[in-house]
Formats: sequence, C-alpha cells, structure tokens
Amino acid sequence: MFQILSKTELAQGTVVANEIMAPKIAAKARPGQFVILRVNETGERIPLTMADSDPKRGTITIIYQVVGKSTALLKSLNVMDYIQDIAGPLGRPTPIEKKGTIICVGGGTGVAVLHPITRGFKQAGNKVIGIIGARTKDLLIMEDKMRAATDELYVCTDDGSYGHHGFVTDVLREQLTKLGSEVKEAVTIGPVPMMKFCAKVTAEFGVPTMVSLNAIMVDGTGMCGCCRVSVGGKTEFACVDGPEFDGHKVDFEELGRRLTAYQKQEKEAMDLYQHKCSCAANQ
Amino acid sequence: MAEDKVKKEKVGRHQMPEQAPEVRRRNFKEVPLGYTAEMALAEASRCLQCKKPACVEGCPVGVPIPEFINRIAEGDFVGAILKLWEKNSLPAVCGRVCPQENQCEGNCIVGKKDKPVAIGNLERFAADWARGRSEVPMPPVKPKTGKKVAVVGSGPGSLTVAGDLIRKGHEVTIYEAFHKPGGVLVYGIPEFRLPKEIVAAEVNFLERLGVKVECNAVVGRTVTVDELLDKEGFDAVYIGVGAGLPRFLGIPGENLMGVYSANEYLTRSNLMKAYLFPEYDTPLVKGQHVCVFGGGNVAMDALRTAMRMGCDDVKCVYRRSHEEMPCRAEELHHAEQEGIQFFYLHNPLRFIGDERGWLKAVELQEMELGEPDESGRRRPVAKAGSTKTIDCDMAIIAVGSGANPLVTATTPGLAVNKWGYIDADEAGKTKKPKVWAGGDIVTGAATVILAAGAGRKAADSIHQHLSWGW
Repeated sequence: MFQILSKTELAQGTVVANEIMAPKIAAKARPGQFVILRVNETGERIPLTMADSDPKRGTITIIYQVVGKSTALLKSLNVMDYIQDIAGPLGRPTPIEKKGTIICVGGGTGVAVLHPITRGFKQAGNKVIGIIGARTKDLLIMEDKMRAATDELYVCTDDGSYGHHGFVTDVLREQLTKLGSEVKEAVTIGPVPMMKFCAKVTAEFGVPTMVSLNAIMVDGTGMCGCCRVSVGGKTEFACVDGPEFDGHKVDFEELGRRLTAYQKQEKEAMDLYQHKCSCAANQ
Repeated sequence: MAEDKVKKEKVGRHQMPEQAPEVRRRNFKEVPLGYTAEMALAEASRCLQCKKPACVEGCPVGVPIPEFINRIAEGDFVGAILKLWEKNSLPAVCGRVCPQENQCEGNCIVGKKDKPVAIGNLERFAADWARGRSEVPMPPVKPKTGKKVAVVGSGPGSLTVAGDLIRKGHEVTIYEAFHKPGGVLVYGIPEFRLPKEIVAAEVNFLERLGVKVECNAVVGRTVTVDELLDKEGFDAVYIGVGAGLPRFLGIPGENLMGVYSANEYLTRSNLMKAYLFPEYDTPLVKGQHVCVFGGGNVAMDALRTAMRMGCDDVKCVYRRSHEEMPCRAEELHHAEQEGIQFFYLHNPLRFIGDERGWLKAVELQEMELGEPDESGRRRPVAKAGSTKTIDCDMAIIAVGSGANPLVTATTPGLAVNKWGYIDADEAGKTKKPKVWAGGDIVTGAATVILAAGAGRKAADSIHQHLSWGW
C-alpha cells in the first residue's frame, strides 16, 4: 500500500498531481522512467510517468490527466489515502549528457514528464530551450517549473489565449531555423499527433529527436507484449525497450490506432462509474 | 496376495467427476470437481504399496507416494497431507496441473494391466481436504540458522525453494514483480484449471511457515541481485523468474488490434480477471472468430479461455498434425469436448486488417509432414500452391516463450547462453557466487513440476552452501 501525501489539482481539475510515499522506487527513479499502478483490488494496471522523485523524503510525484475510469478513481483518492499497488521504476532512463543546445517540447500532461528530463539536461550543462503548449491558457501546466529548468521558455496555446497563438511545432521550426546546427537534440513528449509533427519538423533539420511513448501496458516488464510499437520497421516493447525511442523511426499511426483498442470498454467502464457516483451523491 | 491383487484390478480407477462440457465451456469454474472421501478411500485402496515404488522415481520432487496413499486408505487424511508436505509444498497445485501420465502414474505398476492409480487425484484430495482445517498441524520448522535467502519470482520453482529453505531454518523473502504472488500459477494457468484461491492458500501456507512475500518488487529495476547480496544482507539468491518473454510469429500484420500474445491474453483474463469486466476494470476484446496459433498447454488454455469469454468460433491452428501436439492429452481432450475446432497442418502467413487497424482475416498455408527434424518430430513443409484466407478478428499467439532479460541483463557475472537462458549446473548453481537459478529461465519453457523439481535441487544445494560453505 502506498500513501498519498499531497494532492494538487491543475488545469481546472482535469490534471492531478500526487506526491506518494514509495521509498524503494524513489531511491531508484531517474528522469524518463515510469511506474505501473493499480488503484484498488479490482483496478487495472496503468502506466504513469513520474514527474519527480525525492529519495530523501522517499516520495515520487505523478501527474496525470483524468481520461477514464482508472484515472477518475485515482483522482477520487485524497491525502492520507492509499494506492493499492505501485511497481517501478520501469523503463530505461533518459540518457542525459552534455551535448550543447537541447530543445525540449511538451504538450498537455506530457510537460509533466518532460520537466525532470529538461532539468536533467540543464544540470548537465546544456543550453536548454523549452517549448510548451496546451489547447488553452487554463489547461497549461507547470509553466513556472519549466521556466526554472530552461534558459528560454516559449509558451503556445491553440486558441491564442496565452503566449504564441498556434502549435508548438511553429515555435520549434522558428527556433531550429534560428539556431541551426547548434541544436544537438530535441526531446518531444505529448499527445501522439504532437510528437509525430514535431518529429517531422526536426527531421527536416536533421536534429536527433527523442519521443516518449505512452502505449497500453499490462505488466511493464516485457512479459506480455501489449505495448509493442514499430520503430524503424522493428517491433519493440515500450515498457522495457523504451519508453523513449528515436522519433524519426516511430510508426505513430500504428501507435495512435493501438491506443484506441479498448475505447468501447473504456467508455462502458467510465459510464458505469459515473452513474454509480451520481447515484451515491443522490442518496 | 494373488487374490488380493485380482480384487483390486476389478475395482477399476475412480474417475473424478467433472462439469459437463456443454456447461463448463461457458463458465470459469473448475472443470474436475474433486473426489469425495469415499471415492478417495476406494481409489487409495487400489495402490499395491510396492516395496520399490516406481511412481516415486517418476516424481521430480520425490513425493513419498505409497506412504501418503496408504494414509488416505486408512482414513488418516491428516497423516496424508503431512506426508505430502514432507516433499511438496504445493500439493493442491501439483495434484491439478502435473502431467501425471508421464510421471508417477506413467510408472505405476497397476497401470501395466489396468488404469494406473489416480495419484494426482489423491494428492489433490488430500490437499483440498486439509485446506482451512484447524486440526491439521503445520509441518515442523528447524531452529533458525540466521541465514537469509532471497527468492526472485514466485512461480512454482520459487515457492518450492522458499518452502524447503524456511523449513530448514533459513529466513526467506520472495520478491515478486506483479501485485500478487504465484507467477505462472496466477497469470498463466486459468481459473478453470487452477482456482486462484488455491494458489493463494498455498502461498499463505508458506507465509504461515514464515516466508516473507514482497510484491511490486521488480528485480532488475526496484532492486538488483547485487543489491540483495551486498546491501540487503542476503546470503544467497535464487532466480526463478520463468521464461517471461512472449514469442511472436514475425509475420505481417502482427501489430494489428486483435492480435495478442498468449501471455497478454491469459494475464488479462487470469491475473486481472478481465472475464469479470466491468466489475474488474481490465478489459479484453471479445472476438467473433478466434484463432489460437500453437499446440501446447498454453494454447489449450488460451482456446478454452476464449470459448468461456463467449466466442463460438474458436480454432486451434497448428502447423503439424494431431500426433505431434505437445500439449497434455487430457487438455486436448477437454478442448475437443468443449467445441474447439482444430486446424492441423496449417501455418499463418499474414494477418489482414480493416481500415481502422483491426484484424479481420488471416491467410494460412497448408502444410504436410516431411522428414523428422532435430526434435524427432516430422518437420512441417509448405504444400505448394495451397493457401486459404479465413475470417479471424482475434488471434492469440501461443508458440512459446523466450528468456526475459530484465534480471540477467542487470546482474553482472551471471553467464547466459545464446538464447539468454541462465547457465546453471544440475544443482542450479550459476557462474555467479551465491546465486542459484532454476526453472524456465534455465531450461526454457517447461512445466510446473519440472520447475518445482529444479527448485528442490537448488534448495538442497543452497542449504549445503549455507550450512557448510560448499
């Protein structure tokens, strides 16, 4: 059992940050790694990337968007409540070293995962340019933290309510044009279409690009093959071979399709859960 | 004596009652229902109590078979379970899933003229009878030695090691990556063959003996083998992580939605209880036309699970013929009874998807048998010009498992062979000091009882090392 020490709602309650007591995971966690958790006895195993870890306090921080029953259930837990199971840290850590200039691009809750990686690159002595985006100003998360972890930060909103009016890819292209070969690597984490288009832009400039893939998983140890992704025509397991891969080689169409495999069941579970919640509220 | 023998032959083997095929094919309840005490007494009386019991020689863990059966025959069921526990910590599991026909029962002298004594059924009876009964004493545990052993993985081999060493007085901690202990017994073998509450009871038995079980501990990630030895102060480590790497076919279309590895399909339905969705949150797609590729026990489990998930058209596609099927005869028989169709001598060429990326058909190549290959079985070869495409919206690949590198890749000094299996001697000793290994991660995918047998040998070797430093 893993106790929740803090709960913060972000982006108008659509995103939640939890600090959780998990000393063994905290002792080992590195940027880019994830955990698999199960909220309760009947829950499913869901992978969530870690936004932070504090080995001294023995805690990890997860930041997740409420998208279905499992995340809604997780959000229903309050401070001092327990999460049934958490396993980790899983996946390969991000290879962080001094390279020169790095561009870190994040969208939606992807920013939460991007933050420790960005901070890592900065601490390693790189010049780090951050680009973060959201649909609208109120959905933007972790702007302050990203600003502190970068040398320059650019903010975009799809509707123009804050920062640059447009997509992160616009600013990415601008920066790549301006900085040219100075940019040694790009890291882009967010929704599948965002990563796909960012990788397209960086490919034009020949800049190596790392993406972090959020495939559906069960065990997280390479045992089931549920999270398989095509990278350069080869099948890889996101849980053990990733979650980070060469963005220029990933088959994003296939990943996007595979993420929809349980849409019908996810909706059924969510409808049932919301119905139960509203019944309980009426009593 | 001669008269006695004649009488015994007349009795005949007592069949264990089971759910009728047309009923059980749609539920997840256990298929065989177990012996009553009367049946067990009658079956036990068929045993000849051989002085040199061939059955015991056939048992990988050396269960004292005539002795425990004799106690059942005398109505001493407590005595029977204590006899079983002397050599086997998992009798309720082994009584159900061991291939007895090739082991103890295959060697049974009664079986030369009549059907062999139902040793597996009797083992199961004794274990089921004892479960939850307060009058059954715990087996004796030796005084504490002060030595600590870490067991990585919690499948049948690991549980055997834990059971053996705790009784010899060593401290034992099991590290399991999943949220529940039992390994393949909980994620792989379906509820209708091995109810999960029985696995939980066997693990609980070990816990009552003093074994500690730590779940959500992914060795290689949460903690490494070296850390267990150097930081956590363990005197020995046993690696029994199984062969947890699914093999795929490597044909086009394998990443379409609707294509599962058997590991994934069975883990979702068994460990995560997807068959109880939406009461349990883990979903599983329900196919209309299901094909399972492979002919082993795992394939049979996947086929029979798909049938129970509500699919009417479930096919086993196997590239060799009926004779070469590697599964247990009993499993095949059960599957046939439940209405599974068998496509022998067919090999998949490619999976065909619809515009949304879902599997809709599979193209098969007809095969014929040629000369025997290195396994001694006749090699299937493609029949020229004969392919066919059949409807298929769910495919389950059950063609074996490889070695999962998570532990081996993070344990320097541990030698592996070219397939990634750990290099260990007969006693399970690896090339790395203080580290033993056994089961599928050494031999490649095999059976529950062979893993338990490897665990027994390793436990003996670890005990010798801890006692005398060998």
